[in-house]
Amino acid sequence: MSNSYALELRDVRKSFGKTEIIRGAQLAVQAGERVAIIGPNGAGKSTLFNLISGRFGPTSGEIHLHGQRIDGKKPFEINRLGLSRSFQVSNLFTRLSVFENIRCAVLWSLGHRYAFWKFLADLEDANDRTEQILEMIKLDRKRDVQAMNLTYAEARALEIGITIAGGSSVILLDEPTAGMSKSETKRFIQLIRDVTVGKTLLTVEHDMGVVFGLADKIAVLVYGEVIAFDTPEAVRANAKVQEAYLGSVLAEAHA
Amino acid sequence: MANSKEFHFKPLNVGRWIVWGLFAVILFVAPRIWTSGLAQTMLTQMGIGIIACLAYNMLLGQGGMLSFGHAVYSGMGAFLTIHALNKVGAGTLGLPVSLVPLVGGLAGLVTAMLLGYVSTKKAGTPFAMITLGIGELVFALALMLPEFSGGEGGVSSNRVIGEPVMGITFGPQIQVYYLVAVYCFICTAAMFALTRTPLGRMLNAVRDNPERVEFIGYDTHWVRFMIFAISGFFAGIAGGLGAINAEIVNGADVLHAARSGAYLLFTFLGGAMFFFGPILGAVLMVFCGVMLAELTQAWLLYLGLLFLFMVMYAPGGFASLILMNLRVAAFGKLGRIWTSYLALGGAALAALVGAAAMIEMLYHRQLNEALGPELKFMGATLNSSGVDAWFGAGWLMVVGIGLFELARRHYAQQWGAIQEDIEKEIKRREAL
Repeated sequence: MSNSYALELRDVRKSFGKTEIIRGAQLAVQAGERVAIIGPNGAGKSTLFNLISGRFGPTSGEIHLHGQRIDGKKPFEINRLGLSRSFQVSNLFTRLSVFENIRCAVLWSLGHRYAFWKFLADLEDANDRTEQILEMIKLDRKRDVQAMNLTYAEARALEIGITIAGGSSVILLDEPTAGMSKSETKRFIQLIRDVTVGKTLLTVEHDMGVVFGLADKIAVLVYGEVIAFDTPEAVRANAKVQEAYLGSVLAEAHA
Repeated sequence: MANSKEFHFKPLNVGRWIVWGLFAVILFVAPRIWTSGLAQTMLTQMGIGIIACLAYNMLLGQGGMLSFGHAVYSGMGAFLTIHALNKVGAGTLGLPVSLVPLVGGLAGLVTAMLLGYVSTKKAGTPFAMITLGIGELVFALALMLPEFSGGEGGVSSNRVIGEPVMGITFGPQIQVYYLVAVYCFICTAAMFALTRTPLGRMLNAVRDNPERVEFIGYDTHWVRFMIFAISGFFAGIAGGLGAINAEIVNGADVLHAARSGAYLLFTFLGGAMFFFGPILGAVLMVFCGVMLAELTQAWLLYLGLLFLFMVMYAPGGFASLILMNLRVAAFGKLGRIWTSYLALGGAALAALVGAAAMIEMLYHRQLNEALGPELKFMGATLNSSGVDAWFGAGWLMVVGIGLFELARRHYAQQWGAIQEDIEKEIKRREAL
């Protein structure tokens, strides 16, 4: 039953005007799986993430998180149910310090809600959790720097930090390593692996190195449909995938 | 969590206690230093203005909400307070006068909750436009309901009512001042405390990036709405204190768009990005509204010019200018540029005197023609229809501007060099 899946998409469709971007996507991700979503440009990868995280509502179809229906819910409602996402372009609280960025992201999950009767400085649970996250994403030395003054790689790390800070069980990362150098990417993959231990992870990626480094399973999205969803080896061998898109890219990655 | 057993050590923040102590002392001794009637009236208005501008800045600086209609909430606070005061005077409401401003606060809170629910759904331009519309709406409505607003004559009252408490009747201005001072201190402390709470911090997050806030579990609408209501509460208190101070509330004054505009303008001039900026702004607001208006008919023109230059060259307001120089001073480098400040100040003064002479002559010709062409300006007599005065003033202004530009270039170079040095110093300290 659907309860056994962390995230399940059932015949999800999304149209913008007359153009149908997502055409009946099906996906069922087990808890703890790491899934990379790949596909050619314009296949609808980012749109799929936006639908799951509630940025847009789907035109039709159902999305379930731990067996609970979340399609049509607002982003903050979905987040409170345990799903968190990062953005392709770093989406930070630019004028707040690194520490404050992370602390904002832990507040709701620790039940502090809209409190105006208690001081942040006294919230030991939130402050400890924030310190922990800062160490995990290796920004503890930059804690007092304004987010707008971070280097690109640091901003990406903070982006991941904000995403995981609330302790969501399902994490969506939209091109986490976009724009990074080779060596940065390598370090960053390790970082992502470390901070998402035990969580269900979905990433959108272009870099095949990252895909094979991070994912247990690969979902191939072409023209708004998931045409294959399997282990990397099986996907590589899949004739439909090779025909549609992957052949050349995989060959390159192998070479 | 293993880390929750960590040892927590919170040092006493001495600097903060000193600052707040100083604030209390200033509030206490100010009317003893400036004892004239005018000074005490101005100080009372400053105390009220500080509450109003800080309340306004919860929206503008802390929350990124540009409101064009905040006079609605201080104005409704003023009206409800004056009605409450009349009821207390008539014996139908049992409330000491010192607590009547809270009625204004509640009025502001309720009004803000009613009118803010829709406008806070969005920030940015829709928010600004809705507040502008609501401001005009309430202004027009109030004048149409004379039972409530007293029409064009306003509603008047008497604050010297009931039994004196410990000899306090609120008759003398000084007693009203101290009432305002107590409210001002408590409200300022409360609003500062708010910036240190989860709601206050999430407000900053909503200002910086409302989209991301939705993805970490918070409803931006609710954050904005709560802050809007709280801001309305404090604005209402300010309005209520204003009503008690003036003993008359006139809708054409307290609900007018010019009042909303003044909150915006002086909060910005003071410095919206810093908590204490609006305090400077409120002091400036009363100072300009009373002293500058007394000094010259053209005061709004000067104010407009000041606002223009601040927006262009110092968008952080006076607070940012002060803090940037404090930073330079903290690194012991103020000695390197103080001569530049002298040069800048001197040149600016010359340009200002020249420009002001021409503005005053122009105003004189337009408004006081019957008094003849001569006018007094800074102790000198100028002939506004003579070529000499115009030429002299124009020359002074042009030379002043020229010198200012020269001084500014030199200063900009020095400033850049000092900032680089400070950056290096910070890097060096980090590396230690």
